[in-house]
Amino acid sequence: MNSPLNRHTNILDFALSSLLRRKSKNLSLLVVYTLIVFVIASLIFFVQALKHEAAQTLAEAPDLVVQRMIAGRHDLIPATYGEQISAIRGVRSVTPRLWGYYYDQVFGANYTLLVPENGVVEPGSIMIGAGVARNQRIKIDDMLTLKTSRNAPLLLTVQGIYPSSSELISSDLIVLSAEDFQEMFHLPPGQFTDLAVTVANPREQVTVATKIAELFPDTRPILKSEMLRTYDSLFEWRGGMMVVILAVAVLSFIIFAWDKATGLSAEERKEIGILKSIGWETSDVLQLKFWEGIVISLTAFLVGVVLAYGHVFFFSAALFEHALKGWSVIYPQFRLIPVVDAYQLTVLFFLTVLPYTAATIIPAWLAATVPPDAAMRS
Amino acid sequence: MIELANVTKTFNADKHNQFTAVDDVSLTIEAGRLTILKGPSGSGKTTLMALIGCMARPSSGRIRLHGISTSFFSDADSGSALDITSLPERFLTEIRRTTFGFIFQQFNLVKGISALENIMLPAYPTGESQAAFRQRALELMELFSVSRHAASPVEWLSGGELQRVAIARALINNPTIIIADEPTAHLDSKLSREFMEMVGTLKARGKTILIASHDPLVYDSELAETVVGMRDGRITGITGAA
Repeated sequence: MNSPLNRHTNILDFALSSLLRRKSKNLSLLVVYTLIVFVIASLIFFVQALKHEAAQTLAEAPDLVVQRMIAGRHDLIPATYGEQISAIRGVRSVTPRLWGYYYDQVFGANYTLLVPENGVVEPGSIMIGAGVARNQRIKIDDMLTLKTSRNAPLLLTVQGIYPSSSELISSDLIVLSAEDFQEMFHLPPGQFTDLAVTVANPREQVTVATKIAELFPDTRPILKSEMLRTYDSLFEWRGGMMVVILAVAVLSFIIFAWDKATGLSAEERKEIGILKSIGWETSDVLQLKFWEGIVISLTAFLVGVVLAYGHVFFFSAALFEHALKGWSVIYPQFRLIPVVDAYQLTVLFFLTVLPYTAATIIPAWLAATVPPDAAMRS
Repeated sequence: MIELANVTKTFNADKHNQFTAVDDVSLTIEAGRLTILKGPSGSGKTTLMALIGCMARPSSGRIRLHGISTSFFSDADSGSALDITSLPERFLTEIRRTTFGFIFQQFNLVKGISALENIMLPAYPTGESQAAFRQRALELMELFSVSRHAASPVEWLSGGELQRVAIARALINNPTIIIADEPTAHLDSKLSREFMEMVGTLKARGKTILIASHDPLVYDSELAETVVGMRDGRITGITGAA
């Protein structure tokens, strides 16, 4: 019984056997192709996961942060500003915050110092990130010595270490009490780094920000949406290193596809001629080449994506970390939460599988349109 | 029966290198007979066979096939011959696949795949189940004594074995007409005689056979019923016509 399904399965069967007889050529094609898909997919997974982490971090951020500016630079803000901002209609709460950076000359590392809002740390004690613990080689109950701005040592006991799951943001963190922070930087009382403002109605955030700017022209209110936008653009497709790696990968793919497109060997041309002469239609030849292209490109796509998933989410993007995870000597060691963006994967699919398949079919199509009697004359 | 009326094939028409390979040929090839096209190289034998085998279209003239049946034409229904001169490529391909079996001078087998797969090749796009045509291919290998090479790549086969595989491939779709272009050009005398024995087998099975050759072992064979002499694209004489 003749059926179109038989025709398809027969041609697919021949396509597989056809691929097997050029093992080394097709295997090397598969390896190069998989590598390109792996690099692009790793990048997509990595950036997507970072954006997700950033979004989760910012989910708990205040609606507004108010900073005081002097000559265009960030300056300390008096607590009295907070009292007046609290009085603005629509403001739910104003929390003064203390935070800053500390450079450790001995270890050559930069730490982020932060005073928690709810005072979970007693004076003389600290909570540290896993990166600080690794860098200083200290554990719970050990002592850490920091140097104050007056060059006096400040002895602090490690009360706890943040779990590695939060390492992306807590790696270089030292959480200490307000008293110790003021001691460290010799801050005058009643002065803070900035103010965290929450607004009852999200739609009034812009109005409240405008009122704060009018009330205190020397301040800069920063909206949460602005922070989100900054993170987004930092990790966007256009973001520095990303675009370089992506451009290199895409360029390699174009060269690879072009090489394939122009590389139909004399033997392949002869084979197409033979198939035509023994009764294969041009469409049968194209179907054969289509299956050959799909088998290679789909395998490369699936293997590349699976390897990239493992690389990013199980091995913490080991190949990219030095380039993409920061400039500090304290590299966070963490596992990203798996986030897969179906849209970006679909785009990757269409950008890799389709051009390659087309690059396989087009030269075959050109070869298959030769008259079948050419085989008789070869 | 194949009927040719004033068939001409001109290459590079209206160009400085215009060349007429077949010039005003009229011929009738009877069904079930062995017809030999005899002539030196460049006499137009191969071009004429390509025209008959639906591989190329004539520049002028008509070619009609009698007693064939395809998905779009049945001789029994219409009671007339099928004029293949102006058929679209798709129909020509189907006729080529179902009606003709080709044996090429260079065998034209696909390297890297087994002899069995080579024999099955013309059947892949027919839509027939692979089990059915695989069985037929094995039977043909048995008939031509090449069964032991079923799984061997064709590169491992000798000239005579390649010839047998090529004949088996020509028969896989059970064609009514076999076309062979210089089939003994690459064979020694012993293998050439063996080839003619196989032709005898096919003839006994009722196949119409058309061979182009300038080998006396072929055109002087007692199997040859009609010998058409050709030179410079024209017929110079016909012997043994029915």
